[in-house]
This record gives sequence, structure tokens and C-alpha cells, in this order.
Amino acid sequence: MSGDIVVIAEHRDGAILDPTYELLGRARSLAAASGGEAIAVLLGSGVAGLAGSLGAAARVIVVDGPGLASFSPTAYQAALVPLVREREPALVLIANSGSGMDVAAGLSAALDLPLAAYAIDLTIDAGGPLATCQLYAGKIQAKVRFAGGRGIVTAVAGSFPAEAGMGPGSPVIETVAPAATDDRIRFVDLLRPEAGDVDITRESVLVSVGRGIGEQENIELVEALAAALGGAVSSSRPIADLGWLPRTRQGGKSGLKVKPRVYLALGISGAPEHLEGMRGAELIIAVNSDARAPIFSVAHYGVVADLLDVVPALTARVGG
Amino acid sequence: MDYVVLLKQVPDLAEELEIDADGTGLDREWLSFVASEWDEYALEEALLLRDQGHGGTVTCLALGVETGDVDELLATCLARGADRVIKVGSFEAPPDSHTAAAAFADALAHVHYDLILTGVQAIDDLDGQVGPLLATRLDLPHVSVVTHIALAHHHTTVTVHQEYAGGIVAEFEATLPAVLGVQTSRETPRYAPVSRIRQLMKTATIEAMAGGGGAGSGLVIEAMAIPETGSTAEMISGNPQAIAERIAAILSERGIGTAVAR
Amino acid sequence: MSRDLPIIKVDQTFELAQAVVDGVDISGHWNRMFSDRSVTEYPTEAMDWVTSLDGGESLRDCYQCGKCVPVCPVNHVGDYGPRKLNAKVLRGNNLLDDPDLWLCTTCGNCYRVCPKEVNPLRIMPAIREQAVLEGKVPDELSEAFRNLQKSGNPHGHSPRKRADWIAGADVPVPLISELGRPVDVLWYVSDYTSYHARGQDAARAMARILTALEVDFAILGNEERSDADSARLAGETGLFEMLAEKNIESFRKYEFKRLVVMDPHAYNAFRNFYPKLGWEGEVLHYTQFLAPLIDRIEFRSRVELDVTYHDPCYLGRNNDEFDAPRRLLEAIPGVRLTEMPHNKANGYCCGGGGGGMWLDGFVADHVSERLSERRVREAVATVGADGTGVLSVACPYEPSRFEDAVKSTGNDGRIVVRDIVELIDQAMQPPAH
Repeated sequence: MSGDIVVIAEHRDGAILDPTYELLGRARSLAAASGGEAIAVLLGSGVAGLAGSLGAAARVIVVDGPGLASFSPTAYQAALVPLVREREPALVLIANSGSGMDVAAGLSAALDLPLAAYAIDLTIDAGGPLATCQLYAGKIQAKVRFAGGRGIVTAVAGSFPAEAGMGPGSPVIETVAPAATDDRIRFVDLLRPEAGDVDITRESVLVSVGRGIGEQENIELVEALAAALGGAVSSSRPIADLGWLPRTRQGGKSGLKVKPRVYLALGISGAPEHLEGMRGAELIIAVNSDARAPIFSVAHYGVVADLLDVVPALTARVGG
Repeated sequence: MDYVVLLKQVPDLAEELEIDADGTGLDREWLSFVASEWDEYALEEALLLRDQGHGGTVTCLALGVETGDVDELLATCLARGADRVIKVGSFEAPPDSHTAAAAFADALAHVHYDLILTGVQAIDDLDGQVGPLLATRLDLPHVSVVTHIALAHHHTTVTVHQEYAGGIVAEFEATLPAVLGVQTSRETPRYAPVSRIRQLMKTATIEAMAGGGGAGSGLVIEAMAIPETGSTAEMISGNPQAIAERIAAILSERGIGTAVAR
Repeated sequence: MSRDLPIIKVDQTFELAQAVVDGVDISGHWNRMFSDRSVTEYPTEAMDWVTSLDGGESLRDCYQCGKCVPVCPVNHVGDYGPRKLNAKVLRGNNLLDDPDLWLCTTCGNCYRVCPKEVNPLRIMPAIREQAVLEGKVPDELSEAFRNLQKSGNPHGHSPRKRADWIAGADVPVPLISELGRPVDVLWYVSDYTSYHARGQDAARAMARILTALEVDFAILGNEERSDADSARLAGETGLFEMLAEKNIESFRKYEFKRLVVMDPHAYNAFRNFYPKLGWEGEVLHYTQFLAPLIDRIEFRSRVELDVTYHDPCYLGRNNDEFDAPRRLLEAIPGVRLTEMPHNKANGYCCGGGGGGMWLDGFVADHVSERLSERRVREAVATVGADGTGVLSVACPYEPSRFEDAVKSTGNDGRIVVRDIVELIDQAMQPPAH
């Protein structure tokens, strides 16, 4: 076993995605503690050029093959299993994304390596790696170690600063062909959301609603507040699922990542998937009737109240 | 087309969660259990696929866990329209995902399937998601975070959408049999009448199969804690008017609200 | 009839091309009397099936006399009618796919006048249960069932928030789990009183009244579940039983002398159905509990209001309590009580019973007007002449239904809707200046 920390890089449209930088930044400090290298593994076809964007790594392993031109769970797994088996890193870090979930659990089962999912913190001390993971929609945190001292970690986006993984550098670049291929899952197309009436990623004030809104007819209360504040209405996933607001208004992991100047979270409990997409807001004000809602852990100001009481009062106050 | 759906119950988050005396697990005494939301989407998709022209059977599997009520979970599957239900193995407490995947893999040696569906995740899958763990054990392809499922007419492939951040979606074609981790169903999971569930609890056949043992997650839980919420937030209290006043002041410091006119 | 008309042979019917009797043309009418009437040719399967259901038996007793027609409130606003229901089943319609199945509000007014005791309060739930089992339930109703199943209330609100209304009560409202001792009154607050904004007003008024009367009371808080009596009447018997088991578990956990309930539907369930499920105890509707104590209430102001009273179907007609609410109203200083034409046993249904509360959109497609709107018009005609009219109620379904109806009938400003406890509470406050 080595002290290496491997990060599986995610990229789309010729660019490395933010969660990869977040992991790489943390991998650097972990590698220093474990006496190994921070290694980025980049899979794709003709992606060697992207290795230059991974300067914060000590080493970039480019796994290049035509079967990896686009993400495919089976192709990635076939390529990664022999690689990880051979290198025996202390940790494999993977973003808890749609594709990361496939890769991480697949590797865990194939290599018989333990997996700590939904990590929001990861350190190495005398006892080895220690991951802090979210459970029960963020209501519980568990500190876990790996029985054999090594394992795989999927991390929730936004858990580590991306800047630490963006630094320049001159990593060793190894290019290898995938040791195996598996085309049982074939990429067909990438579909992008149609532009909506409002681009919530560009609004400076977002009034965001969650399940606490109760009924569809209450949406208009929030629309009125957003209008009074010169902002736009966004939502958590359940509201979009119910069709109460268009999907283009949805913030969070499966929606859009937003960084407005002000984010008013109304009746949003703050499931990890939602927090991922909005914790970068400059100012977060949360209104929720449950004092233990996880949203209060990222909010700058919190109000324990029914949003239906607060919103009309606030609209009246600012709309005057 | 034969569908298998894997389901489980999880603690109801409407109740307060407490940590047990060891500090490494949930205090189960007062927990109530509900079906895992994503598993219900998986079942709904399977039923829709079966009933929208692809035919076949829907078989539901759940682990025989003593906490909660697995019989009720499986009777509910029947009430919704599943053809067959199977309780797998015997567990005192909900096992980790690796153990669950091993148990399901054991049972699935005896069940015919073309497509296996389960929830993309559960609120308690600390050691990863059952779908890809099971798929790897069975050497099947697997796609997570699936939001759309379309079966080819020849029933040898399935086209699915995998959801990414920002509303971006990848479309994949997968060779059957395959395992899908379902993120959401086209329609709200259908209502299962309690009258029917209760009737089925008395009359329905819930098959039992052996499964599990020996896997283990390889994780050691050192501690569990309820995160302190609000620790970073400055809490505002008072009547709605006072709260509105204070928020308006905070916003106006940033030039938002009263100062902004559009 | 003239004697010289041809005689009919009994084994064959003839019909005269034209028959004129005493100058009246009766062609094609009179001789039907001698032929097989097509009623006997109708299939019997549907009637056999309905009457084989537990609760469906009495439908066969209907002899189509039509006494139910003028008293059925739904009959007033559309094609539905209890007599027609029987006729449909006679003609082979088992009602499972017929919208009529969901239009009956189980108000019980037809049963009151029926000489044959045909009882839709048992027939409708029995047929509806079969529809529920087959998944043939209107979406709106399914949603309420789903909420009741998941959250123990029809709104789908968090069960943890059931006692959140306490915050505005201005008096302590003890939770029985925290008291740790027996109480005189276990106050069952019920769904709409706990969660609906206007229901919460009544809950807070009631809390103040109980406190002023120094009643030793407590509530169940988040251990309380819906009585689900309306779900039972809408055919989801299993859901009713499931929630009843949870409530009974809570009732057994604590010691109390009597149960006082806000919702007549809960009263009906606890009084008439919980005993069959193993729980028996003294149950009082709040009007029955307060009426004997009304003299002990210190009123500090006169309300000066023209008030009429709407009998809830499940307190009045279906449980025979007409006096207690009226005794309360008459004791409030300044209340001038006038009865509406439909009152007491002939009280008019609000449309919310038997699942109607959760079928508003569905019902609207099959009726010309909501029952609540008709009732509000009647109330306005009774007490709304000079703008001080009050439609008083004793069921937590009513404030939202009737207040919507006041708006939709354009009667805003002519009448207000108040629970009786709100009126008592108002008169207990010092006069406003």
C-alpha cells in the first residue's frame, strides 16, 4: 500500500469541474500527511491537454482510449479497477455526483475496498484516514475509519475550497491506455436544460422556496416578496418535482448552482443536495419552522417561524 | 420483461432522531420507519413500464429486517400492483449497503430479471449505494441518478437519463440485464389503499429467501452526532413584524429592498 | 273506459294503432299495463353485488317513493339523487365508475325521511371501499388519503407541528406526556383545529375558555392523529382503522376522565366506532362539555350580533345534539339567535362531509353550485340584512368552507363566520373601545 491520494477527475466540455478541484486541494494536504503523492486520474479520449489544468496534483495519470470519449459507468469502472488495484493508493477521492456514485460504489465492490459516502470532511491522523459523513438528510454526522486503513471516499460538493486545488504546478504526466473496456453502457447524448424565463444563476437576490410553502397557491406570496426585493424566485427540488415552479428555477445539486448576493431560504430544510448548490451565496437568511433544520448550519441569519407568517410581513415592509 | 425492485424502510425523518448510548448509532427505540422515498420511485417506474405495454412481472425484494415492518412494506408493494414479493435473509437491524447488496445478490440467483431498479440512494447508506454494489457483484451494468427510462421494443436494451448538476442530463443506452438507481419517477408513486394493505397483510404470500452474511462495509463508525445547527447563524426572533423589520434592515445594509427600485 | 274496445289476449299483447277514450288520445299508453315491464328485464348482478357488501344491504329496500329527493342537498344542485342511485344500481350500474359514487356527502338527511330505512351512511362507504380497493379514487381524494397515511392529517403537514398553534394561545396548553399525571379532560384538538389558520383561532379561543373555567385539561400534541372519520365514509376503512389504532394506543397510555373533541366527525368516530375497535370512554363534543358550565363564564362585554347557527351533520342529525350549541349561543350577552329555515334535524349540509372536504374540484364538475354557497345564501337571508350577521358553527370544517362561500357569493361584508368558541371568547374579553 502506498500513501498516495488518488482523485478521479471529472470534466465536461473540455473543462475540469469544480468538485475535482475541491478534492485535489484536500488530496494535497492528505498526501503530505500520508507521505504519498496527490494523483489525479483523468479518463477520456484525447484529453492529455486537460492535464495542464491539474497543476495542483503531483502526478496526473491520463487514461486515454476511444471507449472513454464520454463518461460511461461500465467503461470507467473497467479502466479504473486495474489501475487502482495496481497502485494501491491510501485513498481514492470521488465527487458525490451522478457519475461519481456509479464509479465509487462500483470500485468498492470490485476491489473490496470500503467506501465512505457523503463525506463533508476528511483528514488523516495517527489512526489513519478519518471521514465525516452526512446521514439522514444531513441530520446526523458520522465519523468513520476504514478497517484496513485505506478506502474510497465520495465527497459532497462544496466541502473543501476549490482554490486549494487550482494552483499551478508541473505534475508528472503519465499516459496509459485503459487496461480493459466495457461497452455495456453506451453514451448517447448530453442534454442541456432549455433556457428558462429567468436565469437564477445570474440573479443577485434569490427568494427560494421549499416544502414549507405547503400549497401551490402560496407561491404567489413568494413571488410578491421577490418582486419587492427586485429578485427572482427559485426553489428546492420537491417544488420543481411538484411542478409548482419550472425546473429552471431549481437550485441545488440536481438543479443549478447559485451564488447570489442574498439567498432567502424559505421553508427549505436544507438537505445536503440543496446545500451543495447554494452554500456559496454571500448572505443566506433562512426561515424554517423546524429549529433543527440543517439549513441553519449554513445560514448567516436564521428565523424559526412559519414562512407564511414572515413572508407577507416582510413583503409589506420592503414593498412599501 | 421481468422487473425486480429492491426496497427498504428507513427512519421517518418527521420524528426526531437521537443517538444511542454508544454514540455510534441511532437510538432505535422510538424510531418509526417509512419506505425509502427513492425506492418508491423505483417501484412506480417498474409498474409503469410493465403496464405501459412492455408486460412482464414486477417482483419486489426487501431484506428481512426486524426494525420497522418489512411485511407491511411488501404488502404495500402488492397493493400498488407488484406481482410477487420476497423477503430476503434475516437481520436484527438494517444492515450496511455492502451486506444488503450481498444478500440481494444471493436471492437474485433464484429470480428471473431483465431490469433491476432501486432507489438511487437512501438516507442511511453510509457505505455507498446498493445499486452499483449489487451490479458489480452480479457483473451487470449500472446507471445511477436515473430520471428517465425507455425500453427498446426488442427488450435487449434500455435508454436512460442520468442527471448531473445544473440540470444537465446524459443519455445512455444500456445492455440488459442492467441495474438502475432511480432518482425520480414520471408520476407520483400511486396511492396504496390501507384497506388493501391490511387485507393483503392477512392473505398475501410473502416468500422468504436466504441471503446475506459475511460481507460487511469495512467501515468503523467512531462516533455519530447531531450537527449543531444554527451555530453559525444569528437567530432572529419576535413577532412577524419584528422579524420583517430586522430582515429588511439586514437587506437594506446591502442596498437591497427599500433602496432598490426596479 | 268504453266497453266496446277489443279485448286483449293474455298470451300476447296488442297495441291499438290509436285509442281515444272520452275524447282523450291514450294511444300506446294504456296497454303497457298488460305487458312485461322492462324493469324485470334489468340485470340483477349490480344490486346483488351491492347488497352483498357489509353495509350495502338496505339499498334493496328502496321502493323509489322519492321522499329523499327534496331533502337531499346534492339533489338541489345537480343530477345526483339518492333515489336515482337506487335506479342506477337496478339497471346494472355498480357505481364503481360513476361520479355519483363520490357526490354523496353522507349528510344523512335522506335516511331521516326514508320510510324503508335505506341508509347511505352505510351503503356509500361500502361501495366506495370497493372502489378504493380497485384504485378507482379521484386524485384529490387520493392525495388526502396519502397525507393521512403519511402524516396523520389530511393536509400533509408535519405531525411534529400538530401543537404549534399553542404559541398564540396566550395561556398554557399542557401536553399530557409532559404533565405526568391524570387529567379530567383530554382535549382532542383534531386536524383542522390544529393546522388550519381559522381552525387554530378556534383552538386558541377554546384554550382560553378552558383556562378561564379552570378545567384540568391537557392535549396529546404530536401523539394525536386524525380521527379519519371522513376517510372512513369515503371508503378508506383501513386508513381509518390504522389511525384509530394509533389514537387508541395514545388514549390508553394516559389517564383521563373524558375526551372532549372539537370536530363532530371525531365525536362520531370516537363515540360510535372506536368501541368496535376496543376503546370505550366518555366522549363529549365541546359544546356538550361547555353548555353545563356556561353560567360560570365571566362575560365582560356584549357582542351585539345577529347570529344564526349551522348544525353540523355529524353533531346534529347524525348524533342528535341540537341543544348544547344553542344553549351556549343564547348565553352569550348580545347574541340574537335566529334560526335558518333549514335547521336542527333538517339542517343543510355544508358539502364537506363523507370526503367532500377533499373532493372540491371533482364535485364542482358535477354540480351547479357548492352546498356551502347555498347555505351561506340562506344564512345571509336570515341574519345578513344589516351587515352584523354571524354564521356560527361548531365544526372545524366550516370556517374555511363558509368563508370561501361568503366571498364567492359576493357576500363579503354582510356576514362573518365564527366558531361558537370564538364568540364566547370574544364576549369574555373586555369591551373594545
